[in-house]
Amino acid sequence: MKASFFKTLRTTLLNALWMMLITFPIMVIKVKPRESLVSWRWMNLLWVGIGTFSLSWIWRYLLSRRDKGSKLNAGRGREVLGLLWGKKKIRAVLLAALTLLVIWFPWIVNLYQVGIITSGLMFVILGLGLNIVIGYGGLLHLGYAAFYAMGAYNYALMYLYWGMQFWLALPLGAVSGALFGILIGFPVLRLRGDYLAIVTLAFGEIMRLLLLNLSDFTKGAEGIAQIPRAAFIRALSLQEATNYLFYICAVLVAFSIFIIRRLENSRIGRALEAMREDEIAAQSMGINLTRNKLITFALGAFWAGLAGVILAAKTTYINPGSFTLLESVMILVAVVLGGMGSIPGVILGALLVTLIPEYFRALSDYRMLMFGVVLVIMPIFRPRGIIPKLRKHYTVKEVDCSS
Amino acid sequence: MLKLDSVHTYYGNIKALKGISLKVNKGEIICLIGANGAGKSTTLMTISGIKTPHSGTIEFDGIDITDMAPHRIVAMGMSQVPEGRRMFSSLTVVENLDMGAYLRSDKKERKDDIEYVFSLFPILSKRKNQTGGTLSGGEQQMLAISRALMARPRILLLDEPSLGLAPLIVQQIFEIITRINKEQGTTIFLVEQNANMALKIADRGYVIQNGRIVKADSAGALLEDEEVRAAYLGV
Repeated sequence: MKASFFKTLRTTLLNALWMMLITFPIMVIKVKPRESLVSWRWMNLLWVGIGTFSLSWIWRYLLSRRDKGSKLNAGRGREVLGLLWGKKKIRAVLLAALTLLVIWFPWIVNLYQVGIITSGLMFVILGLGLNIVIGYGGLLHLGYAAFYAMGAYNYALMYLYWGMQFWLALPLGAVSGALFGILIGFPVLRLRGDYLAIVTLAFGEIMRLLLLNLSDFTKGAEGIAQIPRAAFIRALSLQEATNYLFYICAVLVAFSIFIIRRLENSRIGRALEAMREDEIAAQSMGINLTRNKLITFALGAFWAGLAGVILAAKTTYINPGSFTLLESVMILVAVVLGGMGSIPGVILGALLVTLIPEYFRALSDYRMLMFGVVLVIMPIFRPRGIIPKLRKHYTVKEVDCSS
Repeated sequence: MLKLDSVHTYYGNIKALKGISLKVNKGEIICLIGANGAGKSTTLMTISGIKTPHSGTIEFDGIDITDMAPHRIVAMGMSQVPEGRRMFSSLTVVENLDMGAYLRSDKKERKDDIEYVFSLFPILSKRKNQTGGTLSGGEQQMLAISRALMARPRILLLDEPSLGLAPLIVQQIFEIITRINKEQGTTIFLVEQNANMALKIADRGYVIQNGRIVKADSAGALLEDEEVRAAYLGV
């Protein structure tokens, strides 16, 4: 115990010394060229030292706690939640409460809040969609925003040229997203892992650049404005339309959760699981890899297309700038942060990724910094996400085999 | 039942198989022996369709399967136990077996088949709710074979079932392979480095060297063959 204490002390001290040495030129020396003076800010050196020392100490403490307690604590909270959720009555009550909350929500908060939550829900749909590709299919996809753009531009362009209405555009956007997913699925069928990531990333950028440069058709960087909001029998006021879209989003989230849960337990879900675990073994089981990969891409893209149409209807203005690589990465972050393959995890992840930046607008300059820190810390302390996937196993009762 | 006619398979520019011809009759146990890198696994991968041959033809039950997709070949009644077992390690034993029956829709018979493979490998029934990754090497190999059997194959392709296993387990696994052949009438095509064991249970054998079949004879004759003894049996 004592030996390990001194060892920790030594490494933390060394870390602090190193940090002091490295930051010495920028933190301590300050040259004032006009007065040709050099001021030495020795206090800064002390602060850096103390800061690094304590951070490093906390870090070591957390690491050691993780190594000791990991087996005891792993998944305990999740199990309790799962147990509560498994009870039919409790689940019914919780679901009813949630539904009531969703219905009441727009009436108890202001317009701005409804808008933010709607974006959060949109991101949930996107996250759940990408989760099919990454969490279930195990295919690292970095061009997901392309499908999102597909849905949004689908609505915008069809409105622009043919005056298409929201309710017709919604399914069409989703279907076109899925078709586009199959289209880009074909060339990347043989790729896996890093290579797949690179190619899908490129597809995402190609899509954006196309939208940007086909300016005769898509209006390029200028974007498409005055896309109509969703109408309900008559045209709605801004307040009504915002609330209405919120409800639509909530229903679509419920719908996607329902479908994706079904998918997870279906034959396709099992095939995807096998494919993710081992492609060769999956093939030897008679699983059609080509078909399954295309299905994965199509299903993933379907939800992105849906979310895209909603985005267009929500903001009433879209341009290619909304579908950059950063957007794809944000969705990926939501999935990884929440827990790949875990529906509650992805929902939480998506809400965190969208809502935290919204509510901490004051800190927006440090947003990316915070993301960076979180993404470094997460894999060390919660490698499987905030709410990791709990695999449902079928269990078989013991049968006496000796007879 | 299975016929390969001058099959060539390349990995890029490297020729792995340079004209393999062999024949497997119904109900036989055939083994293919050879050193590391001789092309044994490639032969299996080519038969099961995971690797497409550059030229030559593969016939299964008189049907040309040379360019057929692997899942369709499985549907025709050919199952493969890939090299290195390749478990679905996060799935339980029963789920692994269920995955083996992926193409079948008969629920009741599937249950009977699970019982049958449990009777072949009783240890698996004790592990049935454990995940594949937590099994020992021997158990994983047993599970891999059982999983392939769940597809009710007419021909079973085995890729080095003895790889990395204790001699006692190897013995047990080979006994089961013979039993499957006798009880179910399943044709067995076995690829092995452990030539001694393989030839003992096989009816006929082929020796592969640098992507070519260099010898084909009955298993007994191969066991007696001077060259084979020197090269593969270490006698």
